[in-house]
Amino acid sequence: MTTRATPATRSDPPLRRLAAWLHERPRLRLAALLAAPVAWLVLLYLGSLVVLFLNSFWLRDEFTGLVSRTFSLDNFVEILTGPLYRTVLLRTAGMAIAVTLTTGVLAFPIAYYMARVASPRTRGFLVVAVLMPLWASYLVKAYSWRLILANDGLLNWLLGPLGLRGPGQSEIGLWLVFTYLWLPYMILPLYAGLERIPHSLLEASADLGGRSWVTFRRVIFPLVIPALAAGSIFTFSLTLGDYVAPSLITTTQFIGNLIYTNFGAPDLPLAAALSLVPLLVMLLYLALARRLGAFESL
Amino acid sequence: MRSGGARWGLRLATLAVLGFIYIPLAVVIVYAFNASGTVSWPPAGFSLRWVQAALENSGLQDAFKTSIVIGIGAAAIAVILGSLAAFAVARYRFFGREAISFVVVFPIALPGIVTGMALSTTFATVDLPLGILSIIVGHATFCVVLVYNNVIARLRRTSRSLEEASSDLGADTWQTFRHVTLPAVRSAVLAGALLAFALSFDEVIVTIFTAGGVTTLPIWIFRSFRLANQVALVNVAGLAAILLSVIPVYIASRLTQDTGGVTGAKT
Repeated sequence: MTTRATPATRSDPPLRRLAAWLHERPRLRLAALLAAPVAWLVLLYLGSLVVLFLNSFWLRDEFTGLVSRTFSLDNFVEILTGPLYRTVLLRTAGMAIAVTLTTGVLAFPIAYYMARVASPRTRGFLVVAVLMPLWASYLVKAYSWRLILANDGLLNWLLGPLGLRGPGQSEIGLWLVFTYLWLPYMILPLYAGLERIPHSLLEASADLGGRSWVTFRRVIFPLVIPALAAGSIFTFSLTLGDYVAPSLITTTQFIGNLIYTNFGAPDLPLAAALSLVPLLVMLLYLALARRLGAFESL
Repeated sequence: MRSGGARWGLRLATLAVLGFIYIPLAVVIVYAFNASGTVSWPPAGFSLRWVQAALENSGLQDAFKTSIVIGIGAAAIAVILGSLAAFAVARYRFFGREAISFVVVFPIALPGIVTGMALSTTFATVDLPLGILSIIVGHATFCVVLVYNNVIARLRRTSRSLEEASSDLGADTWQTFRHVTLPAVRSAVLAGALLAFALSFDEVIVTIFTAGGVTTLPIWIFRSFRLANQVALVNVAGLAAILLSVIPVYIASRLTQDTGGVTGAKT
């Protein structure tokens, strides 16, 4: 779209004249396109992260309850040395790792079936079938598990005749709920990753005498590591920052709960400092995932 | 993994995972039509009394309408910002181009609580009162990526030679945009808007931080699930929340056919 645009004449509508005028000035056009999104995302969003960062160094006066804008590392000292914070941080990280591993294991068979066994028709159906629940209200899904795990809920009703009981509203229950909530986020990238493996590689492995397990371990698994890393960004990040599902399912505190409780009145700077922890962990995780090639698989 | 046994194993595992994915959704839907007001299993029988009660509950109605307004507002902003950014990145070479695609994804790649804290702290610092506007601003921020992904995927598939041909045939920039570019990206923009609406409609983690006194549908659910006399209504509200997120997404996936733009981009 470089040349030959007819010169705008006086009789043209203003919009067309503007378009013609801009046509001569590609840099200006680019600036017009970028101004609003860049202003919004950089000034408003990244700017907010900077404000959050600054707030974490401020202090809340114990007597007046007001935030004093003086630089201090006290919030971070408290987070790193307070036994409560350390326990909660480790618990949250442990949960995020456990959930990421479980979703990876559960996602594999269905993703493999979708990518390499199912007919194209079934495959299309399955992709939509996995995609829909991913979008269905997150809160309602977590809430539904509260009902399922309740004492007189579906799970105990099913397990009762077998003489078993469900995990109830415990950390194990929450682990199940998180696994449920984020499973589609793992299935879809994994499916895409498995689908990209050329069939010839699997045939070559079989021809060279590789049994199913060897083919899986030596050929398939290394090739889907970027896809697994891509999926794990979501499972890890979403677990790390969640306070809604924990408060629906358990009374156990996770880092999100601590941030949320301190956010209201008690201590905004402390909450800001606390929320830098998932931010930092996530930045490290993104850097790691990037090395594993996750960004090409998103 | 070629043998019949492995194939059946995979098929069973697939069915089991699908069951795992769908049963909790089914449970809420079943409870929404429960004759009893409690949530013990099994339900007492079929009844529309809680749907009726929900339709008469003004608090729930207001929350529902608020969420619709916010969803439309957030989707509108996301459409403008996402499309502009997608056009810039797809059609121009410039310094910082890679950074744009990164910064667009950022609000959704970071944990929601970080976004929520950052925005609410900033709003407090600049004295912007919390309310519908601040919720829309927050939602729009992480919805941009949905429109951006859809539109840029479409622009990359749409050959520039079509636009050049239009220009060679004597169309001016406006005509080319109006008759060539716009028809090519229209359904992708619409799909992005629907996804943005769906995401906004049921978002709760960021919303709680930016809502002030405003009650959206998810916030209503979050406040009511513990109250014994509200629990039956929560199930109906849950049904509404499921429908209003799943239906737009279904239409969006039909609009884009391949689901490439839809996957992997939601918090």
